[in-house]
Amino acid sequence: MSENTYQVPTMAEMAAKGQSPEVLFWVGCAGSFDERYKSVTKAFVKILNKVKVNFAVLGPEETCTGDPARRGGNEFLFQMQAVANIQVLNAYHIKKIVTACPHCFNTLKNEYPDLGGNYEVIHHSTFLQQLINEGKVSLKGGGEFKGKKITYHDSCFLGRANNVYEAPREVLMALDAELVEMKRCKTKGFCCGAGGAQMFKDAEPGRKEVNIERTEEALETGAKTIAAACPFCLTMLADGVKNKEKEAEVEVLDIAEMIAKAEGL
Amino acid sequence: MEYLEQIAFVAVVAAATFFLYRRINRIRQNILMGKDLIRNDSRPERLRTMLLVAFGQKKMFKRMVPAILHFFIYIGFLVINLEVLEFVLDGIFGTHRLFAPFLGGFYTVLMNVFEFLAVAVLLSCVVFLLRRNVLRLERFMSSEMKGWSKLDANLILVIEIVLMMAILTMNAADQVLQDSGVGHYAAHPTGHLFFSAMLKPFFEGMAQGTLVFVERFAWWFHIVGILGFAVYVTYSKHLHIFLAFPNTYFSNLLPKGKMNNMDSVTNEVNMMLGLPTTNADATPPPTAEEIGKFGAKDINDLSWKNLMDAYACTECGRCTSECPANQTGKKLSPRKIMMDTRDRMEEVGESTAKGGNGLEDGKSLLGDFITKEEINACTNCNACVEACPVMINPLEIILELRRYVSMEESGSPASWNAMYQNIETSFAPWKFAPTDRFNWADDLKNEKNTK
Repeated sequence: MSENTYQVPTMAEMAAKGQSPEVLFWVGCAGSFDERYKSVTKAFVKILNKVKVNFAVLGPEETCTGDPARRGGNEFLFQMQAVANIQVLNAYHIKKIVTACPHCFNTLKNEYPDLGGNYEVIHHSTFLQQLINEGKVSLKGGGEFKGKKITYHDSCFLGRANNVYEAPREVLMALDAELVEMKRCKTKGFCCGAGGAQMFKDAEPGRKEVNIERTEEALETGAKTIAAACPFCLTMLADGVKNKEKEAEVEVLDIAEMIAKAEGL
Repeated sequence: MEYLEQIAFVAVVAAATFFLYRRINRIRQNILMGKDLIRNDSRPERLRTMLLVAFGQKKMFKRMVPAILHFFIYIGFLVINLEVLEFVLDGIFGTHRLFAPFLGGFYTVLMNVFEFLAVAVLLSCVVFLLRRNVLRLERFMSSEMKGWSKLDANLILVIEIVLMMAILTMNAADQVLQDSGVGHYAAHPTGHLFFSAMLKPFFEGMAQGTLVFVERFAWWFHIVGILGFAVYVTYSKHLHIFLAFPNTYFSNLLPKGKMNNMDSVTNEVNMMLGLPTTNADATPPPTAEEIGKFGAKDINDLSWKNLMDAYACTECGRCTSECPANQTGKKLSPRKIMMDTRDRMEEVGESTAKGGNGLEDGKSLLGDFITKEEINACTNCNACVEACPVMINPLEIILELRRYVSMEESGSPASWNAMYQNIETSFAPWKFAPTDRFNWADDLKNEKNTK
């Protein structure tokens, strides 16, 4: 085993060696396929490697949790996906799952138990917060975000859906940045427009796109970095920033990318 | 003559009770058109939620101005109703201020508290009228707030103002009569009542007979007004004053992100995959009739809690004003979802009571009241659910309607059908080869880990 490249063990490999990971990293479809969002997956894996977390991924054995199907109303398809995933997860005796996607997080944590899938599921924001609290990620001086204005956009599926408001903010605080809140935040956070399967269709006729409304609010804070903790939010806000022709000045980043950057990974 | 007044009073109370009983029964029957749902678990937590959210108005205080004004009206409602007890007893026994001799000086304190609250209620209602009709706050101007909804809201505020004015008038006239040492008025002194005393100059010149008439008229007006208002409330959006309590008690205690599992689907999925059906011992496989349809097309496909939600809605519009779809000009308005559900329930209930077709009238909640365009616009962000001061959940209704559209009509938007197909064939909502799923790791595995 080469020590100087990043390790991304799969469950199949681990099981073959009779090992079991402390935590399964559920990558999600966006994390696996979305060109932009794959860098979040990589950033998170680098952090896991750095702090020497005993983790594994399902790799090619992972499939969609079924969330967009369920939200669109296709309960059959959702349950087909869920039952198939649960069979795989249970076969590997998975106990703990971490994921960067709030939609996967919500489904795995809240909806799989009804179908026989019971795991301790945490979002990567909480996981990162724990690493910081335990001193495993030290962020000496905050790196390149020190003193910079950052605004955090609440993911609905993390925030209102699961009451995770503080973990991502505490992660950002650890960067020694100046966290500025948008007018609508936390329980009143305004959606990016992609939840409830909206990611997969055009919006209904209206005055404005939801992501443009939210991007304008984020830009109003004057922050040069918009932090997100959800693949859909990331896409919607990045599109919004492009639409406003601000992509040269304003970055939209996932909190894991920011930690990885600050750690020089 | 005195007996005549008592008989009239008892008759009025009996009539109000009859109308209330009949109407409450109708509402109960309408709510019970909904499907079963167990909400009797975790009683301590439910009680705590009710005490905090309904009794303690916790969620109202997310918006301070209306919260404070509403709080005055709410406390006024709770406390002034104690006075109604005296009204009712006086009415039945033909007494005057029955409690005054028992309470002595404390009666004066109590009456002053009631009057303070009456004035606070009155002023709050005036401000609320101004917010609706002069300031024209955006959430009161939406398209669903025309006609009856607008009238209903204004009527309630005006009725409350008039009722409070009746109390003050009654007390002012009473005090003038006491000052002149007239009969039982002087025998049951109220003591100095701060607010109504300010109205005394209006009455001081009046003849004794006129004053007694004014006092009696105001007494009757107030009590008949309250009874009439109680009946009116059951036909109005104002029903939240009662339903806020059970509605918060029976509210969803699980994380807002969790959708309810359709067990009928689970059984079919397990059968398709050759797995043992869940709870096979406990529940026999449901018959076709028990499965019914998937999702909701009409009110009887929703749960009784969804239906109670609709009656508990006071159309404040906090949900709609925080809905991202609505705020960007889409047709969806969570408040309208609740109003439509209620309107459809009323329509079906009325038709059934008259021996009509009821649910089988060729209409349905989905289609005739709520359109696909509305439900398709929802981002499931839970802003409406979070915003509601009495824990109404419009999202659940939207999702049940979506389930019907998807599973019974295959009528989801074409892009969603394409997404479903991608999940079925590529196991991802986008069309990528499943074998490429792990490709993201290739670069990493070759990248030097210098740390």
